Amino acid sequence: MSEPGFNQPQRTAPVSVVIGAIGSIRSAVFPAAAIAFSGIGGDDRMLVAAGVGAAAVLIGTAISYIGWRRTTYSIGASDIRVESGILSRAARSVPYERIQDVSLEAQPLPRLFGLVAVQFETGAGGGEDLSLDYLTKANGERLRQLVRERRDDDVAPFAAGNPAAGNDAACSAMPERAAAADTGAALFAMNPARLVRFGLFEFSLAVFAVLGGALQYVERVSDIDLWNVDLWRDWLEQQGSVVSGLGPYAQAAGVIAGLAALVVIGTATGVVRTVMRDWEFTLTHSARGFRRQRGLFTRTDVVMPAHRVQGIVIGTGLLRYRFGWHGLSFVSLAQDDKNASHVVAPFARMDEIAPIVAAAGFHLPGDGTHWSRASTMMRNDKIIGAALVFGLAALAAAVLAPPGLALIPLGIGAVFVGANVYAWRFRRHALDATQIFVTTGLLSPTSAIATRLKLHSVEIAQGPIARRRGYATVHLGLAGGTFAIPGVAIADARALRASVIETIAGTDYSRLDAPTVQAFSDAQSGLSANFLAT
Amino acid sequence: MDQTPAFSPADEYAGVPANQALDDGELTKLHPNYAHALRVRAALTAIPFLIAALVIEGVLRDKALLPPGVVAGAVLLIALVAIIRVPARRYHARGYQISVDRLRVVRGLLFRSDTVVPFGRVQHIDVHQGPIDRFFGIATLTLHTAGNHNAAVALPGLGEPLAREMRESIRAHIRRESV
Repeated sequence: MSEPGFNQPQRTAPVSVVIGAIGSIRSAVFPAAAIAFSGIGGDDRMLVAAGVGAAAVLIGTAISYIGWRRTTYSIGASDIRVESGILSRAARSVPYERIQDVSLEAQPLPRLFGLVAVQFETGAGGGEDLSLDYLTKANGERLRQLVRERRDDDVAPFAAGNPAAGNDAACSAMPERAAAADTGAALFAMNPARLVRFGLFEFSLAVFAVLGGALQYVERVSDIDLWNVDLWRDWLEQQGSVVSGLGPYAQAAGVIAGLAALVVIGTATGVVRTVMRDWEFTLTHSARGFRRQRGLFTRTDVVMPAHRVQGIVIGTGLLRYRFGWHGLSFVSLAQDDKNASHVVAPFARMDEIAPIVAAAGFHLPGDGTHWSRASTMMRNDKIIGAALVFGLAALAAAVLAPPGLALIPLGIGAVFVGANVYAWRFRRHALDATQIFVTTGLLSPTSAIATRLKLHSVEIAQGPIARRRGYATVHLGLAGGTFAIPGVAIADARALRASVIETIAGTDYSRLDAPTVQAFSDAQSGLSANFLAT
Repeated sequence: MDQTPAFSPADEYAGVPANQALDDGELTKLHPNYAHALRVRAALTAIPFLIAALVIEGVLRDKALLPPGVVAGAVLLIALVAIIRVPARRYHARGYQISVDRLRVVRGLLFRSDTVVPFGRVQHIDVHQGPIDRFFGIATLTLHTAGNHNAAVALPGLGEPLAREMRESIRAHIRRESV
């Protein structure tokens, strides 16, 4: 591939037009089919349908072609610019240092043509980020490498001791370092066996939603009216007479079989979805940051610098927790698909998670961590609240409903009270020299860890009851996520805030990345020394 | 509220070192006009409800379901409480405290919130004046941070010159830290 100069507008891969054309065929099929099966056009309707379809494909392809002609990107000295639009033009520029991470996404169709969509995450809200639809895979990799190098250049001049030699060394050392960055140490990977096991815990009934959508579509093109009550009643009566003829045991067996089928379908859906999403999941770590690749049909490749990680969350599920499985995600300003945080180890043992956490510059709570439990006042208030609500419900049931029904709310109330007593044991937080830990959750405890330095504000919030009873919720301002500690005694909350604010106020926002910059300069000087030695 | 020795804002500007007591110290009250501005706002909000109540009165008069004046009287009573009593209490519930490197904002009658923003984490600063604010010569100072929670911490009801002065001093702090 030729090396176009900086600031030279370039087009995306020409094959993108083909993908746009295929996309337009996809969207032309349905109107054409609708015309073919409806009454429009009488006897000639097949011809009309074919004409409409062909026109849709032609117009779609033309738009795709013009759109490709009119979309250019240029790689400037300090930013990336994309100009696009057929009638109204839009030019967007993103400075290198604002790019949080660069991800390459290869959906099945582009993947067949060896193309990727390059997305530049800036952390701006609302998904309004820079995206280049379809570059060749090599080109995408090259662009990503270039963004990294540009960002390094911004860091290098003031990080390296002698700018004159530093810049030269940085440029010539670049390919070497780039190679080193891409072959970083593998931190976490999932083999197919692990994936299937993971999928078993990802019970999902999404298939029914899909079926529902499909049925609605069938309804639109066919004459079956799904919302016609008579249709269903007839069907039920037909089936009902069969069922009622079976006797109680057979009916019970039917219900159990139905539930079992539901469980099997839900589990199978979970496995299929998980395998499709997380196929060949690999997380590698290098000096430049973390790189995650995953996906069976749609393959994504996300790179995230380690110093952009604002906090980490270790979650688990009701069942998988019993088997010792946890999931790890990074909180950062960038978004991962639709999730706010990047999943870096969806299904792992704690001893697999620990090295990833360490690589991100965090540490897990150890034996020396001094935990504080949530206020007992909050526990008592929650218990009283649950007892009041369900007690009143039981009272109402005892007065109004047939005898015996009152036991149901009473039972639920007892469960709630018990759950609150038990859950209190898991609500706790800890503060050490550099980090804050918080753990919540009764049956599936979730832990969050944030560095004190990377917090932005501290709020002590109290509702009317909490104020009388002397406890509060502490909200910490975390970029890209939320961090709240519920039920902290008010004196502890004030002490916690004072201590955290003291840490925050010591360092300005612009120097938050300083330790990492320091690390870069070390690496830089090492490379320079190498370069001088050769 | 337990109170440690009070700091006037002037003292803090003079360079009282930031310490733990600062975050629990006595709050500076907002500009008295803030309560008036709240009253005007409450009155403007109440007008549509009062009109609706009068219309309902007019409709119900013929039906003779309720004694005259019940609906409009109740709405008027609530409106009077909201216009006279609530703004005064809200005014007293609010306050702020500014020190060399942080701003503390306290607000809320039922749901209290007590937020501290270190100047080192301020991304940008707004001074905003609505039409009512301009009439009363007050302004809202808003500090924007990068955190998702408390992305914008607003401090309404400052005298307009004071709001601008605070903005300047916070900005000066940011610049000093950044270079």
